[in-house]
Amino acid sequence: MESYSRRWFLGAGTAALASAGGLTACGSGGGSGADGTLTAFVYGDDAAKIQVKSVNRFNASAAAKKAKGTIKLQKVPATDYPAKLRTAMGSPNAPDVFFNWGGGSIKAYREAGQLVDLTDVITSDSVLKSGFLPSVLASGGLDGKNYGVPMRGMQPVILFYNKTVFEENKLQPPTTWDQLLDINTKLKKAGITPFALGGADIWPELMWLEYLVDRIGGPQVFEKIKNGDATAWGDPAVLKAAQTVKELIDDGAFGKGYSSVGYGNGGAPAVFAKGKAAMHLMGSWEYSTQLGKFPDFAKKNLGWCAFPQIEGGAGDIRNVVGNPTNYWSVNARTSNKDAAIAFLRDSASLAYTKELIANGDVPATSNAATLLDASPNPEFAKFQYQMVQQAPAFTLSWDQAVDPDVSTPMLTEVNKLFVGKSSPTQFVSALKELK
Amino acid sequence: MSQVKGGPRNDAGRPRSARRNRAGRPSAALALPGVLFFAFFALAPMVLAFYLSFTRWNGLGDPQPAGLANWRKLLSDDRLTQSLTVTVGLTVVSWAFQTVISLLLGVWAAGRQRNRAVLSAIFFVPFLLSSTAISLLFYALLDPNFGIIHKDTLGTTSGAFLAIVFVGGWQFIPFHTLIYQGGARQIPEVLYQAAAIDGAGRLRQFFSITLPQLRNTATTSGVLMVVGSLTYFETVLILTQGGPGTDTAILPYLMYEAGFKSYDFGYASAVASFLVLAATALSLLMVKLSGFGAMRSTREGM
Repeated sequence: MESYSRRWFLGAGTAALASAGGLTACGSGGGSGADGTLTAFVYGDDAAKIQVKSVNRFNASAAAKKAKGTIKLQKVPATDYPAKLRTAMGSPNAPDVFFNWGGGSIKAYREAGQLVDLTDVITSDSVLKSGFLPSVLASGGLDGKNYGVPMRGMQPVILFYNKTVFEENKLQPPTTWDQLLDINTKLKKAGITPFALGGADIWPELMWLEYLVDRIGGPQVFEKIKNGDATAWGDPAVLKAAQTVKELIDDGAFGKGYSSVGYGNGGAPAVFAKGKAAMHLMGSWEYSTQLGKFPDFAKKNLGWCAFPQIEGGAGDIRNVVGNPTNYWSVNARTSNKDAAIAFLRDSASLAYTKELIANGDVPATSNAATLLDASPNPEFAKFQYQMVQQAPAFTLSWDQAVDPDVSTPMLTEVNKLFVGKSSPTQFVSALKELK
Repeated sequence: MSQVKGGPRNDAGRPRSARRNRAGRPSAALALPGVLFFAFFALAPMVLAFYLSFTRWNGLGDPQPAGLANWRKLLSDDRLTQSLTVTVGLTVVSWAFQTVISLLLGVWAAGRQRNRAVLSAIFFVPFLLSSTAISLLFYALLDPNFGIIHKDTLGTTSGAFLAIVFVGGWQFIPFHTLIYQGGARQIPEVLYQAAAIDGAGRLRQFFSITLPQLRNTATTSGVLMVVGSLTYFETVLILTQGGPGTDTAILPYLMYEAGFKSYDFGYASAVASFLVLAATALSLLMVKLSGFGAMRSTREGM
């Protein structure tokens, strides 16, 4: 047990570092007990209520009895989630099952040998194998192996617009970049900021670069970067995208003050819903955010479309960026792998899918298409489902796709570009320096 | 002067019995819980962080020895220089801002005006709130669309810097006011009476009596402010996240980012160790330069 006590000691040190930073990252997860209770960590936002129901359903099921295990769900406050998971996974209080974003978010855990390879489990289990859209299922893994089972709605980034503002100014949602620029000019004449942007959170700024790089250079540009080729940041498409961002900013497309507006605190959604800005580039969760904060706006005035095509660009207008979904992964040190896997199967169940749909989410399950009429907004749900299903490429959000030690400085560089602290050329050369 | 009351007591004349000394001094065992807590929650993590600064560790598995790599990276990191500049700037400006206001408020609160006690109690309220709550409050107030100032305050370098100074001051001025109030109350009334007889006005009394008498108070409060500014964190995390760009990324934020965003705990530990060394050196220096260590009384000759 020597390595255990050493780990424990290190965990205590990390917790001390964390508390020095005002963070409560100390794992209190309990780990797997002798009574067969497994712990599951979930991102603790509003949508976690679906996982609560899933756990209750599983614990009462015959499958749980057969596997001799029950699940105890721990909701981790949203912003602390990645840090808390990392601290817990390095300690004996590691969860048995945990929520993640696939891609770069689980890479370190795989390298440390902490992930159960689910490839064989999924291929030999008809429920899991045919239960999900194949591309979404694949995004939960690394190098062709499966490490995750989809458990939330799909989260493509969508260009939302305010229908009322568009009607009043006789505008149509843009399908090309020229149309978008034309709309900007008209909106500014009418005294309306074209785009809401929660720049204080930085990741909403990143969405612009993700789509611009895709539309200008195609999905393969970031594909190379994701696979560890830092020189690919030097691709002309990245520079062109950064220049386009700069032009938008100089043009006043995001108005003034966008860098002190947040998304998480409801700033940008309010600017958008109140008609101060006409459009908002955001993940599909914008719909449920608006439904919660400004229900009338969400039901009557919220419009949506794909990110426009750029003339002469290599990217298909059907390409999507965002998060395919979130995943459950299993800790290799779990005391009851059978129970953990039995629990994952609930995410493919009809009951689970229906609950996601009732919450306004679009599940990544293959049976979702037939059930979308039950969504609070079937039209939006179908748009989203088809968008993902028909996408030739689905690029995972850059900050989730690369390693955390690359994504942190990358986000800082994105912020510097948006606040004018660096030029497009400086932006590109700084990114090329990232390991 | 005070001969009437029997003159200054002379300790040297007292019988110095060893037995009495032992009886009067608390047993060392009483300090044990405190010492243990300090060793476990302060010393051990500090030693551990120092050890981790010589390793490569992403939070999983065992740390791998890395020699001086983290320290070399730290000393060649542009962000350290920038961070130090911001930290020093923030410390100096915060110190000036907080000292002036809390000195004036504290001296005022030490007086005997009407409603003074009620107002002093109200002044003290911000200190009772958590920094996180205060930062969230000001984050909402500074929102350019729905806040009180319709400007991009936090998105500009000077705006973000001043916001941090102001919010920090808002929170900690009450505490330092209390210290100055205590200090001002200790100043003997006779000094002011004598000065009044000599014809000194209120302003002259303030500069010639109050200020010199508050020297030790100012050092205590100053050291607390400086060390406090060095470990400033929540306000920066919530208000600016080190931004715009990296313009308000102070040392503790750099440490947090390396540890809990990049999961580079080795480097984060190097930053943390550096911070401990810098803060200790600085507070020792301040105590030394101000003559606080000698603990000379401000009442000499009285």
